Amino acid sequence: MTKARVFVTLKPGVLDPQGKAVAGGLETLGYQGIKDVRVGKLIEITFEDGTNQERLREQIDDMCARLLANPVIEEYAFELISEAEAAEPAANGSEEDS
Amino acid sequence: MELSSQQIVETKAWRDMGLTDAEFDRIVEQMGRLPNWTELGMYAVLWSEHCAYKHSRALFHLFPTEGEQILQGPGENAGIVDLGDGLAAVFKVESHNSPSAVEPYQGAATGVGGILRDIFTMGARPVAVLNSLRFGSLDDERVRYLFAGVVSGISGYGNAVGVPTVGGEVAFDPSYRGNPLVNAMAVGIVEHRYIARGKASGVGNPVMVVGARTGRDGIHGASFSSAELDDDTEVPTIQAGDPFTEKLLVEACLELIQSGVVIGIQDMGAAGLTSSAAEMASRAGSGIELDVLKVPRREEGMTPYEIMLSESQERMLVVPKRGSEEQVEAIFKKWGLEAAVIGRVTDDGMLRVMEGDRVAAEVPVASIVDGAPRYEPAKQRPAYLDETINVEMPPPPQNYAQTLLDLLASPTIASKEWVYRQYDHTLGAGTVVAPGEGDAAVLRIRGTKKGLALTIDCNQRYVYLNPRRGAQIAVAEAARNISCVGAKPLAITDGMNFGNPEKPEVFWQFDQAVRGISEACAALNTPVTGGNVSFYNEKGGQAIHPTPMIGMIGLLDDVEKRVGMGWRQAGHRIILLGENRNELGASEYLALRGIVGGDAPELDLEREAAVQALVRSLIADGIAVSAHDCADGGLAVALAEACIVSGIGASIAVEADFRADALLFGETQSRIVISAAPEHVAEVERQAKEAGVPCTVLGETGGDSLKIDVGATPDGPESPLSISLEELERAWKGTIPRAMEGEAGVEAYVASASSEKGAD
Amino acid sequence: MRYGIIVFPGSSGDADMYHVLRDVLGAEVEYIWHRDSAVDHVDCLILPGGASYGDALRPGAIARFAPVMQAVRTFAERGGLVLGIGNGFQILCEAGLLPGAFLPNRGVRFISRSVYVRVEQTDTPFTRRCEPGQVLRLPIAHRFGNYFVDDAALAQLEERGQIVFRYCTASGELAEAANPNGARAHIAGVCNEQRNVLGMMAHPERAAEDLLGSVDGRLVFASIADALAASGRVQGV
Repeated sequence: MTKARVFVTLKPGVLDPQGKAVAGGLETLGYQGIKDVRVGKLIEITFEDGTNQERLREQIDDMCARLLANPVIEEYAFELISEAEAAEPAANGSEEDS
Repeated sequence: MELSSQQIVETKAWRDMGLTDAEFDRIVEQMGRLPNWTELGMYAVLWSEHCAYKHSRALFHLFPTEGEQILQGPGENAGIVDLGDGLAAVFKVESHNSPSAVEPYQGAATGVGGILRDIFTMGARPVAVLNSLRFGSLDDERVRYLFAGVVSGISGYGNAVGVPTVGGEVAFDPSYRGNPLVNAMAVGIVEHRYIARGKASGVGNPVMVVGARTGRDGIHGASFSSAELDDDTEVPTIQAGDPFTEKLLVEACLELIQSGVVIGIQDMGAAGLTSSAAEMASRAGSGIELDVLKVPRREEGMTPYEIMLSESQERMLVVPKRGSEEQVEAIFKKWGLEAAVIGRVTDDGMLRVMEGDRVAAEVPVASIVDGAPRYEPAKQRPAYLDETINVEMPPPPQNYAQTLLDLLASPTIASKEWVYRQYDHTLGAGTVVAPGEGDAAVLRIRGTKKGLALTIDCNQRYVYLNPRRGAQIAVAEAARNISCVGAKPLAITDGMNFGNPEKPEVFWQFDQAVRGISEACAALNTPVTGGNVSFYNEKGGQAIHPTPMIGMIGLLDDVEKRVGMGWRQAGHRIILLGENRNELGASEYLALRGIVGGDAPELDLEREAAVQALVRSLIADGIAVSAHDCADGGLAVALAEACIVSGIGASIAVEADFRADALLFGETQSRIVISAAPEHVAEVERQAKEAGVPCTVLGETGGDSLKIDVGATPDGPESPLSISLEELERAWKGTIPRAMEGEAGVEAYVASASSEKGAD
Repeated sequence: MRYGIIVFPGSSGDADMYHVLRDVLGAEVEYIWHRDSAVDHVDCLILPGGASYGDALRPGAIARFAPVMQAVRTFAERGGLVLGIGNGFQILCEAGLLPGAFLPNRGVRFISRSVYVRVEQTDTPFTRRCEPGQVLRLPIAHRFGNYFVDDAALAQLEERGQIVFRYCTASGELAEAANPNGARAHIAGVCNEQRNVLGMMAHPERAAEDLLGSVDGRLVFASIADALAASGRVQGV
């Protein structure tokens, strides 16, 4: 079993109303030193057994470009986790993509 | 871990499910044997207070429930009222207090979803949602969190499901700190020929589950709602709402009902499959056999117990005509939803739950639906009433103008625009009187000239200080609000929110409130069509103020004739219908001065009915061009609100032979402020005289301030009051945005007012 | 003249639009199901408001792939009139039929209120009955109305006159306080380069009857009728 974790975030130049609201909330709770908060999305896709690993990255890239992210405002990155590593996602690197 | 029957007895497992020892014995007696684990769970939810009304049912016979306008009284999923033209209104209120106290967004959202299902299950298209909300003091951070979460849950669900939220009320009082109240009322419109009911009749007819899949959410929610909240109360998984699925479910169910194949249909609310199957069989005097393995599930390994008790949202139980199964499936498939045959109607009076070939549970329908005990708890007049009734009145205020501004700024009176701006209230292209524009919401009834007026009201301080009269006033005020837009009150649904009924003082409050509602409904010809009782609203042994919320609907024969609360133009005369009396008890003014005391205002139901009939007649004749009742904050606040909403000032001269603060801020009932053209004053006076209602010309509209001269009234201000519209508006509109978003949030509400004027 | 209103799962403005077009304006109108692909028999397609597919991922992101959208694209390419209101505007942007994208409102919360919009362009089929600079009072109701385009795209919109409506004060001034959702350059509605596709966040169908307090929304429908009559483009494109 292979899982993809897709991270969708707003492009750097785009103002993030949710991030701003969260920053305000954190300040209200008394947390100091917060410079900026950006809110993004995490999308987990679980693939069926036997999916062709070679083509997976290409396929996920395509999914991101067509649906998961809106290129006008968002950018994305993703990481692939195979079953053995699923327990420790930190061990897996992420792949930047535009 | 499921226990055997023997282990149930050994461990007295029913106690953890909220049943008493005597109730368990009663179950064994009615079943004629010991229940197994699944059966015990099913009984526990259906015999919970939430489902069985054990402590309240004995009083329901007091409610007047009949009238020529009533097509369906209590006992179905919602009440139905005739609107003429072959149309009917379907409406009901329901509480979602306990889930909202724990998870305000989902609690409120699923509250809206649940009450909407009660409406479209009757075949009606939902056209409006209203809410009545209670929270602790806004100074409290936790309260602000709950308030923001509840409003956002209502907004998130209602807006996405495509039903406008057109009205409601929000009040703040410390008694709700740990126990907020979230009552949602939904209203639908149906052609008489499409009215559907929740009956499982016709032996051999299929039983189908439609809509969302079943998961493990909300198991034992009904029992949870029937318990006092303590810090160590074990909270079940709160159900999450999915307004998108609900929207599809609305469309699919209405299409199904209109296709003519439905025998009975009912939503799965509290206690899920157990209650819907048992209640549908009970209404038809039939039985149902179903197989849990045929129920579409979204989690693996669910037991019969879990499937029968799941409170997963957006599901319905349908009994269609035999042979129409494929048609049902096709309609749901069109809307992207599942429909599965899970069983059939029988004639043996049993609810039989199969797991494949194995009988997992078998309970007598009559027992599980109607067999719960009916308690008539002890009642005792609470001792606090001896103290509150004798409270000493404070000296007159130092500064009357500031007192008026403080009242306008008190959270309960202050503008709720911060709330209703989050609700899509123009969806449906039919909202004729929108939130903030009139005393009740008015919707146009498409295809007719008529209008539907809607409101939900309760002043819980009156009920706390005098439960019987306070409850009467809740009904009277709701009817007054309906009348103030020009509509005739038709019927009510009641949302009863109280503490622990096993405490004699609480049950006395409840008993008194039921009597008060019944008396007022009889006097005003607004029968009770159903409602909801929510007990055990206590935290740390402290009960909320008794809060019987009255949801009411009314009818305007000509929607063009409706009026709002604000003045229409400068130069009109301002006239008071009803009379001012020397009353300060239970007022917001006293609360502002730290006193929750005195008696609730007097109420003469005959006078009330006469004042309401008079205002309706004046509106229908086109003479009264605005109408606003005197409620929280009294005459001065009513005048100020009519000024703020219209952007037109007023000059008032009014005198009394009793203290001026009672004249300006006392909450004497049966008073309505109207405005009319000068040439119509004589006609107002003529009609008032004929109706036996006192009426007084108070002054005229115009200018950019509110001026009030109380003449020689005792203890009055040294010089007449004069407050600019801007000051009034800032006080009234600033409070809630300031509390929720800080000072910076205020401008978006105050500044926008000038740009929004022009709305009539 | 015949309108087609596209119904996606989760659309909720469809019935209001149908009511106004048929009962108020006396036009011929029909619903077009999201799985259908025949649209060429109508003169104007409308994508109504609501929350198609529950606004999953981003408003309009899923609806864009509905079967009917290919037909909408072809219809638009051939010059047919397409109007998107609220969620319909969001779908048109996601589909690339209009430029830009939507962020949550500046204050994050849902906003339901009356606003003023200024007509910036009158040479479109949707605004030809308006005066230049005319101020319309229309209701908005959305949580994702914060329109965004980058600097280059904004310059191009300005240059080509594609900004059709801007949020303004009652007297027509542009002001931060009059911009309810934080939209870039106060943008309340844009059209495509060919000017036959318009998206707007405000709801003209909720302001088309005296009873509801404003009839300014009728100008949009009157303009469409005018444009179709003038082009002789009636009953299909």
